[in-house]
Order: sequence, then C-alpha cells, then structure tokens
Amino acid sequence: MNKNREELVEIARDVRVKVIEMLTRAGSGHPGSSFSEVEILVHLFYNILRRTKENARSPFRDRFVLSKGHGVPTLYAIFAQLGIIEEKQLDTLRVLGSPLQGHPSRVHIPEVEASTGSLGQGLSIAQGMALAGKMADENSRFRVYCMIGDGESQEGQIWEAAMSAPKFGLDNLIAITDWNKCQIEGKVADVMPVEPLADKWRAFGWHTIVLPNGHDFGQIQAAFDEAMGVTGKPTMILAHTIKGKGVSFMEGDVGWHGIAPNAEQAKRALDEIENGEVK
Amino acid sequence: MTVLLKKEPKPTRKSFGEILEKIGHTHPEVVVLDADLGGSTNVTKFAKTFPDRFFEMGIQEANMTGVAAGLALAGKTVFMASFACFITGRYDIIRLSVGYNDANVRIVGTHAGIATGPDGTSQMGLEDISIMRVIPGMAVVQPADDIETKKLIEYSLEHVGPMYIRLTRHAVDCVHTDDYRFEFGKVDVLREGSDVALIGSGGTVGTSLDAAEILANRGISAKVVNLHTINPIDVDGLVRVAKSVDRIVVCEDHSIIGGVAGAVAETLSEHYPTRIHRIGIPGVFGESGEPAELYRHFGLDGESIAAKVATFLEK
Repeated sequence: MNKNREELVEIARDVRVKVIEMLTRAGSGHPGSSFSEVEILVHLFYNILRRTKENARSPFRDRFVLSKGHGVPTLYAIFAQLGIIEEKQLDTLRVLGSPLQGHPSRVHIPEVEASTGSLGQGLSIAQGMALAGKMADENSRFRVYCMIGDGESQEGQIWEAAMSAPKFGLDNLIAITDWNKCQIEGKVADVMPVEPLADKWRAFGWHTIVLPNGHDFGQIQAAFDEAMGVTGKPTMILAHTIKGKGVSFMEGDVGWHGIAPNAEQAKRALDEIENGEVK
Repeated sequence: MTVLLKKEPKPTRKSFGEILEKIGHTHPEVVVLDADLGGSTNVTKFAKTFPDRFFEMGIQEANMTGVAAGLALAGKTVFMASFACFITGRYDIIRLSVGYNDANVRIVGTHAGIATGPDGTSQMGLEDISIMRVIPGMAVVQPADDIETKKLIEYSLEHVGPMYIRLTRHAVDCVHTDDYRFEFGKVDVLREGSDVALIGSGGTVGTSLDAAEILANRGISAKVVNLHTINPIDVDGLVRVAKSVDRIVVCEDHSIIGGVAGAVAETLSEHYPTRIHRIGIPGVFGESGEPAELYRHFGLDGESIAAKVATFLEK
C-alpha cells in the first residue's frame, strides 16, 4: 500500500526529528545534506522500493545506492522507521563499535547496499548492479536507484558513468541529483560550476527530468512515474532542493554542511520541524 | 621437488585468457570487464565466446572498477582486467568501492614489472603490489607460470572477497608440473637448499631457479621459494624457510619498497629476524628496453641474482 501525501509528510517530519537528535548526540555529521534529500528518500523507500525488513535482502529487490554518503543519517532514520535497524541504534551514530558509521558501510549494515563516502563512486556501483539486473531472468529483473549530489558532479568518475550507462541501455537505472547548490566550501556555482546540468545529462544520452521542487511529494511522484516509463536509456532526475530544508536557520546556509547543532540549536530546530510544514 | 621445464615459456596473461574462457563454460556467474586493452590482457577469447557476459567499458578504469563492484554486489563473479599500473592507479575506487564493500572482484593487472619492456615506465606496474596489499581483505597473488596461473584462476572462483592478480606481459618458464596443487596463502618450495633461500614471485621465480643452478655449481646450496600469495602472507611457511637457511634474498620485478621483499621483511623481522637482501627495482622509475635486457640491467636474471647472492653471503 502506497502512503498518501499526508502520511509521507508525517514520515518526513519524523525523519528530520530523528536526524537532529542523532547529529546532536553524535556531535558531528551533515544536517544540510541530510535534509535536502528527505522527501525524495521517503518517497523512494515507502512508495517505490516499498522497503520492508523482509524484502531488504531479497536477491531481486530494487536497490538504492546513496552515492553522496554524507547524507546517510536520513537513510538510518528511514531504516529505523522500517525496522531494518533498531530505533535505539540511532543513539549510536558515529560511536565506536556502532554499525552506524559516519558514512554508509555495507560491511556493517548490508541494507545500505554499498559503502560510499568518497564522492563520485556510487553511480558506477549502481550501474554495475543495474547491469546485473538486466542480466537476470525476466521475472527477476530489478531496478537500481542512485542519488548523487550536485557538488559530487564535479568528480570525473560521475561523467565516466554518465557516458557508459546509456551505452548499455540501462533503463533500469534511475539516478537523482540532490541539487542543493551548496558544498563544504561554498556555493557550487563559486567552488566549481556544474551548470548547465540538464544539458550535460541530455547530451550524455540520459532521459533527463528537471524536478522544480524536490520537497513536493506530488512532483517527486510525477518524476518517478515518468522515469519508470522510459525505455532504452537511463534516467537522471535533477531535483532542485534546499540544503538544510525544514529548519529556517539551516536552509541554504553552506555553514550547515558538516556541523551538528548544539543543544540550543537542536531545540529550536526540533520546534520548527514539529510545528512547521515543509513545502 | 623436481622441477620439469618441459613446456614452452608463455606469458601468464596468455594463460589467463585461456583459462578465463574455459571457466566461462562452467561458471555462468562469471562476467568480464575490459578497458580497451582486451587484446593485451587476453580477455578477448572470453568476449568472443560469451558476448552477453562481457562488458567493454572503454578507457574508463575508475568507472570500470565501480561497475565491477556493483556487479559483484549483485551476485556476479567479476574479472576486470587492464595493465597493472592503470588499474591500480584508480586506488581510491579500489579501496572503497571494491575493498570496503568486500566485493568479489578479481582485479587482474597485466604488464606487471620492468619486463613490460619497450613501452617504458608509464605502462609498467612497479608499485602495484605495495599499494594493493595494504587494502584490508585484498588478496594479492602473482602466479609464476602457465600452470600456476590456471590453477590460481580456478581457485579464485571459490575465494570470497576481493583479489588482485598480477600477470606478466613477457613469456616465463614453466616451473611446475601438471599435477601441481595451488594452495592459496602458502609458500611453494620449488628447490631445497640450506645456505640461502631465494624468494621469487611471478617472473622472478624462473630466474631464481636459474640462479640456484648457477650457485650449485659454485658450491652454494640455494633453496627456491615461490611466494605466489603476497597477501595474506604465509607467516609459518616463511619462518620455516628462514629457519632452514642462513640468509634470504628476495627477487622481485617490482619496487623493492613495499612489495614482496617488504612483506617478507615485515613478517620475518617480527617472527624470526633474518638477514635479507632485496633485488628489484630500487626505488626508481623504469625505462624502455627488451625484457631480457631489462632483467639483466636491474639484476633480475639468473646470472645477476647468483652474483649478488654470492657477494651477500660473503658479507
């Protein structure tokens, strides 16, 4: 059963609460990059992958690779909601001995699908999985989803993958760019411009969808619906998002790329998340 | 221990190409990735027989490595091949996408060592063992001849975890007989001796045997050990070797820093300190030349090794 918009909004709200609590406890992490991807990952896990603890290791499951590995707190929050990890494990993010590593580790939690965190690598891994998905028997074929960052798109390996996936006609590969315009050192446009992104992906042979608001569940669903209908080539969904979305003092501020809130900031953030509405 | 040199010398990359096609018939989970060097790495035979399980990735070693990891994570046994220096040059991708995912990828680096020859330094894998063996869980293996290459590739189908396989461009003598049993992670003693042990790997196993023969004529008894598995290293086996001789000489077609000699020295200095002399590429870039000529230039042929050993034993 798919979740309706109201349910997804509440799930996303709970994800943001969990992320703030996790990062505050850990004292480090990436709130900005975790919040820009929340709605897309919530939609993906609940309404597309329909991920459950039971199907999370099925050999022919659809897969999701988080190439921008620093956004992993959002993934952990969703895993806790789905029972893939225990909710109390969220307290151990970045703690010695915990499986909840600072960046995704398949060795610790197989359900993350791939260890990532050195940027540029996840899209190639997803492509390899998609090739295997294409080789499977007709009834066992699977799709692979992969999220990269716009800053990450500065990596050369992204464009190697961009060149090769269309060669193999991987219409079971759907990539999403979390286009939040920020990276550690500043605005992507200043650090190393990646524009025009849509023209680039189209020129490389991808079906390219520009999603005006990557926090709007209706738009997210429409983009995935379109992607599922594409044949013969991979799809790139370029999702305009806002870094730190959902907390006013984090939104669009590159300063919140890689630092955790202190207790007072966490309280303000939770207040906004619990009482506000992400649009 | 008798060594029969009946077979024609053969490049181990060629043996790899032959066995790869053979296992393709019995192992449908095997897929092969190439980065526009299939004619040189010899994966073309597999490509012709199994076009649906062969992926030409173009000149994209980084992407090829990631794709290999993804295929492996989805259940395939993946062989990806290129020149040793090009493939291990994508180190971060191997470390994270393959290593930290514990992916069943067999990274095959051909054109290992100075014997790559006329193409010169940019095409030579001279530091690859050093950088691959520090990746946790990465098996590093280097077969000595045609027979060992084929047995090693057959073994690799059962091996769990990533593996780096180092192969030669040039033809190497056959040092094993058909009944040879490849034992991953174990030293392979090819000739007994009591004064000195010559430890070779890959292309230098044959020349170490040549050296032992020359030394025997001079009254020096040299044991010859084929160290095909450099990681994980056979601690007990090496200690046994060290206890049976006075000194050890490691001969490798690789930098003397961090490679086979490095692994042996690390192990023995901790478990059974033994005087070791290293023969290899002495921390310099390579240069163009014919393989045999380069082996002589860098002291890796039988005559040069024997001379070096004799001097070392006098010190």
